[in-house]
Amino acid sequence: MTELKGLYTLWLREVKRYLRNRTRILSSFMQPFLWLVIFGVGIGSSLRGALPTPELTYQELIFPGILGQTLLFTSMFMGISVIWDKEFGFMKEILVSPLSRFTIFMGKMLGDSTDSLIQGLIVIALGLVLGINITPIAVLLCLPVMLLTTFGLVSIGLIIASFMDNLESFGAIQSFINLPLFFLSGALFQLQSLPTWLQDISKLNPLTYGVDALRHVILGATWQPLQVQPLLIDIAIVCIFDLFMIIAGTWAFHRMK
Amino acid sequence: MRPIIETNQLTKKFNGLIAVDKLDITVEPGENFGLLGPNGAGKTTTINMLCTILKPTSGTAKVNGYDVVKEANKVRKSIGLVFQDPSIDDRLTGRENLYMHANLYGVPASEQKERIENILKLVELEDRANDLMRTYSSGMRRRLELGRGLIHYPKVLFLDEPTVGLDPQTRAHMWKYIEELKEAHDITVVLTTHYMEEAERLCNRIAIMDYGKIIALDKPSKLKETLEGDVILVKANNLEELAKLLTAEFGFKKIRIVDDTVEITVKQGKSLLPRIVEATATQNIFVESILLREPNLEDVFLHYTGRGIRADSGKERYGLGAMKRRRIK
Ligand SMILES: Nc1ncnc2c1ncn2[C@@H]1O[C@H](COP(=O)(O)OP(=O)(O)OP(=O)(O)O)[C@@H](O)[C@H]1O
Ligand SMILES: [Mg+2]
Repeated sequence: MTELKGLYTLWLREVKRYLRNRTRILSSFMQPFLWLVIFGVGIGSSLRGALPTPELTYQELIFPGILGQTLLFTSMFMGISVIWDKEFGFMKEILVSPLSRFTIFMGKMLGDSTDSLIQGLIVIALGLVLGINITPIAVLLCLPVMLLTTFGLVSIGLIIASFMDNLESFGAIQSFINLPLFFLSGALFQLQSLPTWLQDISKLNPLTYGVDALRHVILGATWQPLQVQPLLIDIAIVCIFDLFMIIAGTWAFHRMK
Repeated sequence: MRPIIETNQLTKKFNGLIAVDKLDITVEPGENFGLLGPNGAGKTTTINMLCTILKPTSGTAKVNGYDVVKEANKVRKSIGLVFQDPSIDDRLTGRENLYMHANLYGVPASEQKERIENILKLVELEDRANDLMRTYSSGMRRRLELGRGLIHYPKVLFLDEPTVGLDPQTRAHMWKYIEELKEAHDITVVLTTHYMEEAERLCNRIAIMDYGKIIALDKPSKLKETLEGDVILVKANNLEELAKLLTAEFGFKKIRIVDDTVEITVKQGKSLLPRIVEATATQNIFVESILLREPNLEDVFLHYTGRGIRADSGKERYGLGAMKRRRIK
């Protein structure tokens, strides 16, 4: 009971802090907007006719990818909250509390994942405004898929941050990880068009399955011939990854002093 | 009775620097135990090890019967802590910070409201409770932090320089409240401070710490007795000459110059005063003032360490220096 209450308290704190930060919410429009409009339309028109399926525009193809990218960047960035808390001393207040390290990690992880989810929803809203065809059912199905994808990614950020003690090194490591994960997730193209060795590497990337699942959900039957894995397998892989990251995260918070 | 805190050769090294050196202390339940020492003596490091924030380099410690390394979780369930460095979330309001603490530290929901409103009254922040804490002055933040440490009733409460940066009136309020809380809930308090007055007022026993070691440990009154007598303070135009003269004339052993004053510790102070003035008059030394007082803990401190204790100014707590220090590794 105490643990659950603690979990809720930590979750609520992350969400409150996020919602109070208007600039951050507003600025979250910018990047996906540029990708979808300039990159999507620009590359799309130069690729005209060369796309895998005639039913899809390039913008539609990369939309789930950009959604995945938003989840990736936001989630990884969330690790900063750990560094912030260390810097401002609040981490001590949490670490000396009677809560288990597992609860502390989960509280932060779920809170930050909620924030990422909100960012994802903003991107979906942006997609709708740009005229991308997303059915209401697809929007609903996106929620659990986005959440499951973000758990593991947020965990990566939190784990890295728990080892760091300043913003600079966290930023450096983050950009080191973000871009490879993004480019190797098939967010901007379908994986089949890559040489086999690159495909193999991409298949080790957890985000690949998150993006694939989002495509299943958003593009529906159109995506099936191009899929990396069937939807349920995607989800299963993402869940296993989440589980591992949660175990690693609990351990990382355990050794954090 | 089983001691509530027990350390055995407790040691902490930071890359070769010995911050706490083979500490052996025992604190009885219900006691108010004070740790007194200059900056860098190792007080905070000691507390951090007892609170499971830092791992000892060697030695062991038990709090409430639990080992601070092997049973850290149980130790955490037994303690409360007011940190020396800031530890609030300044993006939340004062009230939110208090509720968060209550929830994290397992205060029953039915009691939260009453305790929190009480504390807000105590620290006189009722009217600011719904403002974001980044808009508070540093004294106000400190008051809230101290109040926050008092809303759950742990077995052992650690207060690391609890009243730094508070005005004297608030400080007196806090002392009174800590004493009441302690009485009502059977709490053992471990306190570090630079304020002699605070140590004398609150502590049953005081350990004087210097360079990571305890150099004296006793009741405040006993510590003062070791000083054997009174302190004479003389201000004059030429301190060095004066000290030399008095040593030659009266054979004083405990004589030192502190700032603009010559301090002499002697058994019988009263009868010496006129003789000191007399002696100086013949030597062209002009005595501005001469004062006799009972020894206080500051003198005890001087006696044991040979140095004065510098009161920490509240300013640094929110500056860059504090920022560096408060990082958790
Ligand atoms: N994280 C750390 N890394 C390296 N050295 C440290 C660290 N924390 C403390 N020290 C060193 O350990 C010694 C004891 O520090 P500590 O903070 O325990 O002193 P203190 O008695 O609490 O002093 P103050 O009165 O200034 O609070 C100091 O020399 C300090 O520089
Ligand atoms: Mg200290």
